[in-house]
Amino acid sequence: MIDFIKVRKITYWISGALVLIAWISLIIFGLKPGMDFTGGSALELKLNNVNIDHQFITDVYKQFGYQNISIAPSGDDGLTIRSTDITEENHQKIITQIKEKYNEVEEMRFESFGPVIGRELRNKSIQGIILVVICIVLYLSYAFRQVSRPMASWHYGVTAILSLIHDISIPTGLFAILGHVHGVEIDSNFIVALLVILGFSVHDTIIVFDRIREKLRTHPGLDFGQVMNESINETLRRSIFTSLTLVLVLLALLIFGPASLFYFTLTLLIGTFFGTYSSIFIASPLLYDWYLFLQKRKNKKQGEIKKR
Amino acid sequence: MKENSKNLLIVIIILIVAIIAGLFAYGELDFLPNWFKKPYRLGLDLSGGTRLIYEADLSQVAEADRDSAMNGLRDVIERRVNLFGVSEPRVEVVQVGDSYRLNVELAGVKDINQAIQMIGETPYLEFREQRPQEETEKILEEQKNNNPEYQFVDPYFVPSQPPLTGKYLKTARLDFDPRTYEPVVSLEFNDEGAKIFAELTQKNVGKVLAIYLDGQPISLPVVQEEITEGKAQITGKFTADEAKKLVENLNAGALPVPIKLISQQSIGALQGEFFLKLSIKAGVIGLIAVIIFMLVMYGKLGIFSSLALIIYTILNLAIFKLIPVTMSLSGIAGFILSIGMAVDANILIFERYREERKIGLENKRALFEGFKRAWPSIRDSNISTIITCLVLYNFTSSMVKGFALTLLIGVVTSMFTAITVTRSLLKAFIK
Repeated sequence: MIDFIKVRKITYWISGALVLIAWISLIIFGLKPGMDFTGGSALELKLNNVNIDHQFITDVYKQFGYQNISIAPSGDDGLTIRSTDITEENHQKIITQIKEKYNEVEEMRFESFGPVIGRELRNKSIQGIILVVICIVLYLSYAFRQVSRPMASWHYGVTAILSLIHDISIPTGLFAILGHVHGVEIDSNFIVALLVILGFSVHDTIIVFDRIREKLRTHPGLDFGQVMNESINETLRRSIFTSLTLVLVLLALLIFGPASLFYFTLTLLIGTFFGTYSSIFIASPLLYDWYLFLQKRKNKKQGEIKKR
Repeated sequence: MKENSKNLLIVIIILIVAIIAGLFAYGELDFLPNWFKKPYRLGLDLSGGTRLIYEADLSQVAEADRDSAMNGLRDVIERRVNLFGVSEPRVEVVQVGDSYRLNVELAGVKDINQAIQMIGETPYLEFREQRPQEETEKILEEQKNNNPEYQFVDPYFVPSQPPLTGKYLKTARLDFDPRTYEPVVSLEFNDEGAKIFAELTQKNVGKVLAIYLDGQPISLPVVQEEITEGKAQITGKFTADEAKKLVENLNAGALPVPIKLISQQSIGALQGEFFLKLSIKAGVIGLIAVIIFMLVMYGKLGIFSSLALIIYTILNLAIFKLIPVTMSLSGIAGFILSIGMAVDANILIFERYREERKIGLENKRALFEGFKRAWPSIRDSNISTIITCLVLYNFTSSMVKGFALTLLIGVVTSMFTAITVTRSLLKAFIK
């Protein structure tokens, strides 16, 4: 049996450091919002092995007043040109000019989002995350309503949320770093991944809490720390296995799936890993420390009463 | 013995349902009825096509009438798009805060320009009244002074009060003026429109009642007398062809409110096909990996959960096809993810079984005790995922919706297959 309560000091340090790094990167680098958040346009061309002059493209765009454009290769034979949002009229003119010079080039994809849509998406994303968190706390408080000793049911909810914050901070921080180093942007898929991580990692936490709940009922005499330790140990296999099946499909998606899902899958993979880790090493130990804190306060109070 | 044959019967029913669902999900065998061959509904990112988002200007529409105005707008645009033979166009009204949007998805339409034309060509017809002389002068003066506030104000005409727009049009017809032989477009209003038209003509005798199309004046007739029968004529300077086209467009439906394009997307089909193939490959590999994992970890029990997992995959695909769920790339990702989650309930049950065995329960008892005892944590963890899905579905973005929906269907189906199907299989085959 592994003594998780004992090793918690180490894992707190590890998690604390990781979350700190994540938050610092987030503050320093910030996240690089993708086009669907900021508004803008992307034109993807299939080159058909034509060597295209980037300066020419820049000039064409400039002609219509689009100053800040970025040109980047996409795939083996593609080119993606990004700029601020473009009206359809100008889009047609730009395409015509490019085609006049490079006849073989084909238009693969064109997107243009006004800034309104982006703002909306951003607001909705934040609302979505807050809503999920609130719903999960409420649900956990409800699900654990029969448990009142030694901890009230809402303690379970709040502890789960603390470990959820840990779980989504780490991938978010990683994307801040990736954004800085590699120019990786976050899009609506990233938000979806975060929300899914919230759902999944609470899944593992529930397995452990559920066992604690049951053990408290069946073994009322046991010390709380012992209940914790036994519960974590007994549920260890299933926590890891349920995540492992998810990791298997995520790895398949990461390795064999389409490139456009790469970062989405990566976010999920990291989130799943830390979600499992935190439900074992963080969530229950936190609950235990909270319990110790409450005990100490209670003893102190009782001591004061005795003194009088 | 009786109990045993009952269990066997349930298993046979499950297998028959799974086989039918499988044939339906696959759908490409010659002997199958046509209904089975219905294709999956692919999202724009997989089928290729165009997505346009319009914002409707409802400033002239009373609050209470906005929903019906938007529905009218949707119907008109749907008719328009159908006219061009787009297969399964999707036109939906989305309300975001105070603004109303129209989300138009045209699968298979690659040429975004053509798509915009096809929607935009629907003319917005309206009647405008002459402004008082002093107002006109004031606006012209301000425009001369480059006052930005007045830059886009029409100095001569103002939308009629009450508004008379294409919404009230009954039919439009191409006629020729009997004297000049010039083509004219005859308009006939519906009852409500006729009333408004009578009011306007009575109010404006001797003045110009301008006819505007898409914000441009096309005819500036002077009202001679009140017109009560609800008929008007546009005598612009157009050719017979132009007049004919105008009539067609007006009849297909004039837009009840003006719209503005705020977002556009076009996706090539080639890319989508490639992505689809990769996703399917990843899904199959993931499925096999999970099956191997279950077999290695749980041996004989793993066989049953793997069978349940395959049934799960088949059932889900059949449900996607049946509803039909729009399969976008993220939707497929959601489905693949749910394959990894579908065995979770089995793992919880089997782990519980191991524990019950340890404390000395005999095999079969331990197994069904496992089912019973694992239920609370299966329920709680699935509900948390369902909560996430419901929140995600609240997003307007159709891409995210697809993901949420497939994941939600997956979670619900997996509760059925991992628990009911696995239990039935075990009951029938474990002695």
